[in-house]
Amino acid sequence: MRALRRGWLRFRAHRAAVAAGLLVAVLAIAAAFAPLVAPADPLAQPDPVALQNQPPSAAHLLGTDRFSRDVLSRIVYGARVSLGVGAAAALLAVTVGALVGLAAGLASPAVDQLLMRSVDVALALPRVFLILLVLALWENAPPWVVVLLIALTGWFQTSRVVRALVLRLRESEFVQAARALGSGRPGLVRRHLLPHLAPTIIVSATLDVGNIILLESGLSYLGLGIRPPAPSWGNMIQDGKDQLFSAPWVAAAPGLALLVTVVAFNLFGDGLQAAFDPRDRR
Amino acid sequence: MDGERSAVSGTRPLLEVADLVVHFTRRTGLFGTRRETVQAVNGVSFAIGRRETLGLVGESGCGKTTLARAVLHLVERTSGTVRFDGADLAALRPAELRRARRRLQIVFQDPYASLNPRMTIGRAVREGLEVHRLARGAEADRRVRALLEEVGLPADAADAYPHEFSGGQRQRAGIARALAVEPELLVCDEPVSALDVSVQAQVLNLLADLQVRRGLSYLFISHDLAVVRHVAPRVAVMYLGRIVEEGPADALYAAPRHPYTQALLSAVPVPDPTTRRARIVLPGDPPSPVHPPAGCPFHPRCPHPAKDQTCLTVRPELTQLAPGHRVACHKA
Repeated sequence: MRALRRGWLRFRAHRAAVAAGLLVAVLAIAAAFAPLVAPADPLAQPDPVALQNQPPSAAHLLGTDRFSRDVLSRIVYGARVSLGVGAAAALLAVTVGALVGLAAGLASPAVDQLLMRSVDVALALPRVFLILLVLALWENAPPWVVVLLIALTGWFQTSRVVRALVLRLRESEFVQAARALGSGRPGLVRRHLLPHLAPTIIVSATLDVGNIILLESGLSYLGLGIRPPAPSWGNMIQDGKDQLFSAPWVAAAPGLALLVTVVAFNLFGDGLQAAFDPRDRR
Repeated sequence: MDGERSAVSGTRPLLEVADLVVHFTRRTGLFGTRRETVQAVNGVSFAIGRRETLGLVGESGCGKTTLARAVLHLVERTSGTVRFDGADLAALRPAELRRARRRLQIVFQDPYASLNPRMTIGRAVREGLEVHRLARGAEADRRVRALLEEVGLPADAADAYPHEFSGGQRQRAGIARALAVEPELLVCDEPVSALDVSVQAQVLNLLADLQVRRGLSYLFISHDLAVVRHVAPRVAVMYLGRIVEEGPADALYAAPRHPYTQALLSAVPVPDPTTRRARIVLPGDPPSPVHPPAGCPFHPRCPHPAKDQTCLTVRPELTQLAPGHRVACHKA
């Protein structure tokens, strides 16, 4: 409990991280309760001729796009896609990475070498091209395929970091003492390894969310991620790029949402890192 | 620490180490193509009876810590046997090994590294109780408090984290953790080396009390001859992975037979400023355990005037010079 409070004090000292954390929370709530938060149906096209490309106004706070759809509502629903894909893929990637890292760190040197050299090979593959290839071949892939592809190409770094930590912890005297007491491997992992790995894993997952949101938006922009008419920040920017000068808000609004969200996740991750590090005395 | 001397003749010793060898192989070179072998422990034999203390001295890097971990089966041995109460730990199945582990425990040197910083003292002490299903719930709480009191910590220390304590208090917590599973043998790996001198005495006294109260046996490892003399009626001196001299503390301190023991003892400060002693200064550093010298491992630094060709080529075996006093030196 005391450790928790001290961690909170360290986190609070990072003002930007606190603001970022609040923003992340607001975004998450807005995404979760999108039907209540959004002023209109994101797919409704009230009058594609008369109401298209309306500038921001009281009726449409962020204007309308070329099909007369409310941009703000589409951003709110798009947040569901971005945060959903980001969180799901980051969680999956970090879980796989942590499990592989733990296995490599605790296994025999032969198994460890096999796992880590495979990771080296995997890290040399160009991630984005790999994902593009699969999505180009699998037309209209459902969102879970996007999540799976991003996660399965995104765990390598985490596994390396976790393995390195496990190797160090394994030799530490308190782990040796636990082994001498007769603790089995599951007990060692649960009582002694995971509490020390958790901060790294959590920070790594948070920072991953930002990167994955960016990656998913890129895929959707290219028309390979979330397919229209379902709103995603990536395909909204794609939609708006033809009227960049006549109706700049259509592309700028989701672009800004994307920028702010990614920066928020990165700042939040940095703040968490500081909170978990007792040596951080800011 | 005046436990009864060695075990009654006829009964077997509690711990019996025979020809223990621990080598580590590591890959070096740019692509890990060269292999080199660190000969950390190189054929060590000794025995410890019930309620007995064996002091083990030697400078850092001589293999003391590896020996301690090999005795507890925390590192794989290359060859040799470690028998605890007659049973070879290496031959046990995993479940049996875990049960046997209860009976021999370790106290580490660094009280800062030996306690999990994210675990309260209470949980650390409780771990052994839970692993071996000795107690649970309120009974476990009661046992934890009793153990903390036994080692001289307040009972409410159970709820605090290691960083809230001083080095001496942490070492007491480490001892309580080891005692929780009611061991018969405690391996103390430099248990007081990281502590202030005033605190050292307190911890040593605690260990002495515990030996009497619980009938413990100790393998007491230290680089500090003065500390070992205070604690152990029998002492073994280790150099480069081997025991070079072993004997009753009185005889060994009064008349060391091995040139290395003589040099070590000449370096112990004497509290009386009027006493002047010839200090034997050894030339050079201990050789690397990767390439131990041929013949007597001590020959490159040996100041013995009668050192000859035999010392350079033939390794001396531990031989009995007096009852219970063994020395590995051609010239002793």
